[in-house]
Amino acid sequence: MGQSLFIGEKLTCIRGGRTVFAGLDLSIGKGEVLVLEGPNGSGKSSLIRLLSGLIRPRNGSLFWQGQDATREPEIYQQKIHYIGHRNAIKPVLTVLENLGYWAGCSPKKSQDLSGLEQALDQFNMLSLKDTPANLLSSGQSRRLTLSRLLATDKPLWLLDEPSVGLDVSSVALLETAIRRHREKGGAVILATHTAIDLDSPKRMNLSDFSPLYNTSLLQQESLEESWI
Amino acid sequence: MSVFHRFANPNRFLKLTNTVLPWVSGLTAISLLAGLYMAFFTSPADYQQGESVRIMYVHVPAAWMAMFVYSSIAFASICALIWRHPLADLAAKASAPIGAGFTFLALATGALWGKPMWGAWWVWDARLTSVLILFFLYLGHMALMNAFEDQERGNRAAAVLAIVGFINVPIIKFSVDWWNTLHQPASVMRMDGPSIDPSMLWPLLVMGVAFKLFYLVVLLIRIKSELIEAKLRKYRRALVDNA
Amino acid sequence: MKAFLNIVTRDLHLSLRQRSDIIMAVLFFILTATLFPFGLGPEPNLLARIAPGIIWVTALLSVLLSLERLFLADYEDGSLEQLVLSRASLESAVLAKVLAHWLTTGLPLMAAAPLIALLFNMDSDAFLILIIAMALGTPSLSLIGAIAATLTLGARRGGVLIPLLVLPLYIPTLIFGVGAIDAAMNSLEAGAVLANAKPQLFFLGAIFLVSLLIAPLAGAAALRQAME
Repeated sequence: MGQSLFIGEKLTCIRGGRTVFAGLDLSIGKGEVLVLEGPNGSGKSSLIRLLSGLIRPRNGSLFWQGQDATREPEIYQQKIHYIGHRNAIKPVLTVLENLGYWAGCSPKKSQDLSGLEQALDQFNMLSLKDTPANLLSSGQSRRLTLSRLLATDKPLWLLDEPSVGLDVSSVALLETAIRRHREKGGAVILATHTAIDLDSPKRMNLSDFSPLYNTSLLQQESLEESWI
Repeated sequence: MSVFHRFANPNRFLKLTNTVLPWVSGLTAISLLAGLYMAFFTSPADYQQGESVRIMYVHVPAAWMAMFVYSSIAFASICALIWRHPLADLAAKASAPIGAGFTFLALATGALWGKPMWGAWWVWDARLTSVLILFFLYLGHMALMNAFEDQERGNRAAAVLAIVGFINVPIIKFSVDWWNTLHQPASVMRMDGPSIDPSMLWPLLVMGVAFKLFYLVVLLIRIKSELIEAKLRKYRRALVDNA
Repeated sequence: MKAFLNIVTRDLHLSLRQRSDIIMAVLFFILTATLFPFGLGPEPNLLARIAPGIIWVTALLSVLLSLERLFLADYEDGSLEQLVLSRASLESAVLAKVLAHWLTTGLPLMAAAPLIALLFNMDSDAFLILIIAMALGTPSLSLIGAIAATLTLGARRGGVLIPLLVLPLYIPTLIFGVGAIDAAMNSLEAGAVLANAKPQLFFLGAIFLVSLLIAPLAGAAALRQAME
């Protein structure tokens, strides 16, 4: 456990009065990939948002490199990339400008510019760099969003359905990016429905922790004792 | 957290409520009847305002309650945001319509009182205007609370608003007083003089106590019904999930 | 600080690409103000007397119009999640967005206010106070408005809710904003204009400081809730 980058213990998430998952443990170390599986509504997106610190767990703890980060996700939030369902692209800005504001640097500076261009190049978007984002197709928008992963270097990637809208060759680009990230000691947690070819991933099925699918969890929580 | 642990169980809270409620209800009825009797029969008519001065015994306690309930909501909201205890959310949620009711009562009785005194249903008197703005704050609070699919989110947004509103109340009060003295140098009538006769003060105080007890009764009933409603929802959901 | 400036420049960049939004607010300000002479008659003394009130009420309504978009666009396209996870603390992110909002609404309104004062035949001695009062008052409008804009994210009918939440809180700014200009117009000698309006300007400044303290805290709390 000591070498683990990020650990979640006994995580419970309640959304809109309904228990999404309960008693979930996970850990991820350097160079590892964790694939979250499970049917719709089993809480994959909720778990990824919870791990990113966007939502707080009702119960359980999060540890970043051994440090308790449950109450202050700020201590690790700068060290993760979170990619959600929405692309966070501003249609009136160009591809390069969008990427620049995410990376927190200006495309006008030459040393920053080369980093941004390299990131775009790896997702095959360099030729579109001065195109306004409102002209992009959905696959191109997704690739622009993914190129954010490479524009700034962060040890942990949290990816929620990263391959949505991508064609086969673009998925291959994502696979390459993940492989290189792992070679550098990075870690990835991702939720996906489509087949992404990854080298020896850890897998976790969320329906094991969801009261919807695992009825033994339902009994743990007494109806009489809860407020809402 | 430990402060709340005593009530941490909704069933224990319900039991406690059920024991307390009859007593508080009885006290409310007694003090209300006593207050009304004193207001109508033992207190004198005002030598200037005549019998219409008796509106004061409803108007002034209602105005007190308008501010008192808003402060309670702000306090409950602070507790809800810090300790995240559902009881605090429930208390804030249950209080808002009661407070808005008192505020409306203060405005309506103010208008009724104003007609014979000022010859108009509404004048932009500093006190009335402040109470009117407080009424708007209540409306905003209730609207925000009910604007979300997820009730929990509504509760928390409303809690932040209540605290911001509470900080602003003195600022609003001060600015309205300033504005009023600027535009209307002398008030036609003061609603409560500093030297109020004991024969009028006592009924006023008794009514004030009665209103506070009434608030407590309605608050407990509303929290109780919210709890029962939540429990019903929970059972229905469990039925659906188990099916 | 760098993260703060990154947000400000991003928002300014976006507004400049969509200039029509800025122009609309100013246009609304001027058009609404010109309706009053039609409603009240063209009598110059009357118009001059009510000019401060009309300028402030219409400015307030123009700010109100722009509030819904302040956080909603970022909320809908997922940018807000990235903002929460970014290097900037949430409080400073709120402040950065408010600053950009003021620069693109409050400042243009301030620039347009003397034009309306001219149309209403307002005493030219009071122009200086008009500008100072707007400079002290409009930032408070943006700050307080940001609280309502963040609280209503994800709400049904958010656009209708914002005025209900914000207007009671705007009343002190309105009172002292109008009061300052009134005091300036009522001063008998030109030299005493500033001295006469001093207390009101002082209170406008105090309201600004209180808003500056509350808005980032309340806005950040509201944004955290909106992520849930």
